[in-house]
Amino acid sequence: MKVGVCIKRVPGSDSRIEISDAASGPDLSGVSWEVNPYDSFAIEAALQLQEAGIATDVVVFSVCGADGDAKIRDALAMGKKGVSGASKAVRLDDPAFEGSDALGVARILAAAMNKEGVDIVLAGKQAIDGDSSQVPAMMAEVLGWPSVCQVTQLEVAPGAAKAWRQSGGGKREVVELPTPCVVTCDKGLNTPRYPTLPGIMMAKRKPIEVLDASALGLDPNTVGAAASVVSESGWGSPPSRPAGRILEGESAEVVAQLITLLRDEAKVL
Amino acid sequence: MGNGILVVCEQENGVPKKTAYELLSKARSLVSEIGGDLSALVIGSGDAADLGTYGATTVYTVDGEDFSSGATGAWLRALETAVNQASPAVVLGAASARTREAFPRLAARLGAGMASECTDLRAEGGRVVGRRPMYAGKAFADVNISSDVALFTVRPNSFPGAAPSGGAAGATALSVSLQDGDLAARVVGTEEPQGQTVDLTEADRIVSGGRPTDSSDNFDSLIRPLASALGATVGASRAAVDAGYASHDEQVGQTGKVVNPSLYIACAISGAIQHLAGMRTSRVIVAINKNPEAPIFQHATYGIVGDIFEICPMLTAEAQRQGIATS
Repeated sequence: MKVGVCIKRVPGSDSRIEISDAASGPDLSGVSWEVNPYDSFAIEAALQLQEAGIATDVVVFSVCGADGDAKIRDALAMGKKGVSGASKAVRLDDPAFEGSDALGVARILAAAMNKEGVDIVLAGKQAIDGDSSQVPAMMAEVLGWPSVCQVTQLEVAPGAAKAWRQSGGGKREVVELPTPCVVTCDKGLNTPRYPTLPGIMMAKRKPIEVLDASALGLDPNTVGAAASVVSESGWGSPPSRPAGRILEGESAEVVAQLITLLRDEAKVL
Repeated sequence: MGNGILVVCEQENGVPKKTAYELLSKARSLVSEIGGDLSALVIGSGDAADLGTYGATTVYTVDGEDFSSGATGAWLRALETAVNQASPAVVLGAASARTREAFPRLAARLGAGMASECTDLRAEGGRVVGRRPMYAGKAFADVNISSDVALFTVRPNSFPGAAPSGGAAGATALSVSLQDGDLAARVVGTEEPQGQTVDLTEADRIVSGGRPTDSSDNFDSLIRPLASALGATVGASRAAVDAGYASHDEQVGQTGKVVNPSLYIACAISGAIQHLAGMRTSRVIVAINKNPEAPIFQHATYGIVGDIFEICPMLTAEAQRQGIATS
């Protein structure tokens, strides 16, 4: 089986996000980038399928510019001795892609999956920048494939997958679906391995192919700013909280005081 | 271009969830500004009669085993059928496990724009605009959608629940024809949680414990009883989860659950940026920490500088004495 893994580079989770202008998004020029942590679960899942002999090939996909290559190399470097990891990456890059909304990105990825003949797509359940959780499910719909989202356990056999998904309240639903399909990965699925030195050396020699709209057979009018129906405005920082109050006194006093405040002042009990 | 609002009302054990009333309440005021009708949709057998008294002119129901089975494809076909029937300008749903998969698929099927996990909605120029956190709540922005129909999901507890408006819309059963592939992904079983059953993302009160609980035994004897005495759901920091003191689905934060309760009590949680990302929109935050410099105090409504090993059991006893859990 050929496994496709979608990755996105995002500002590291400890980055400060500063908004200087309400009309444009945050200034990301100074942030340090990392592979979206949920995408790391997807990469690890793909490598485990490779180790089990189920995945015969793993390909990494990313919609980004050449400045995304460093993080693509990080994903390619997760192989180790005996497990080659992803054989290559495909960067989906075209000026026509700029300004795509989530559906535009989904159309680009879907076209790439078709072109590469992927049997199963693994992706993070959300990217921790936009936090929208939209692209993978939209991609499945564009492809006409079944999907299963927020998966914390996964079994794949040729032609079929079985996935345990979070369905709220700690419950998990067990979902069976045929391939080709799209699976989004949640925390708990696995513990992503760190790249090894041989993995990093191997990654340097792995190809990053660049595909544009025409290579994908995509009508440029279906992607990019021209096709986008979603826009953001009114950027701001989180609403500030009123200054809090430190309760002073003996432990027994502050405990009683807290319950009284929660009940009578804040009215949350 | 459609008009009016369709609210997707999720239910549990045949009863509408709290989020259904929150959405109907907000939709009622939005629809008075953007015009058109307010309709509600209940998928899977359940008691929908009640929803007609909360402002919806029409309550659509889709009954049948396939639709209550959890199969996303069937749920999605029911959604699509209701949208075609009601032709709304706006479709609202709660941010939930179900909508996280079905709403983006619906958006792609309709060629529509979508805003996920909004914490506020408003009417502007005849359209609905969503406001939502991004970058784990470090930034907020308005989302403007220009497609004929616009999809929004809203975080639980973002709006107060509705009071009945006195209307009495009857239920209109929709007939939905499933198509090839709609049942390709099937739910073959459900695993019940070992511990709590309330979804953290929907919880109204949360008590979270951090790494200094120092063992799963301590977590179980300090944090869980306090939560239970307050009628709250248990949460945990990433460090506590990674150390094995609490389970993955109890993690609050950037790589865990994003929660929005009325009351959030952080016990021995320092307030790392990843944790704040998951709980900063809580209405009231209480911090209990022995380090007076802990950043969590800058975000807390009330703070207690003290040791959780001393404070938590006292708080538990006091809450039990006052019968808080049942109030």
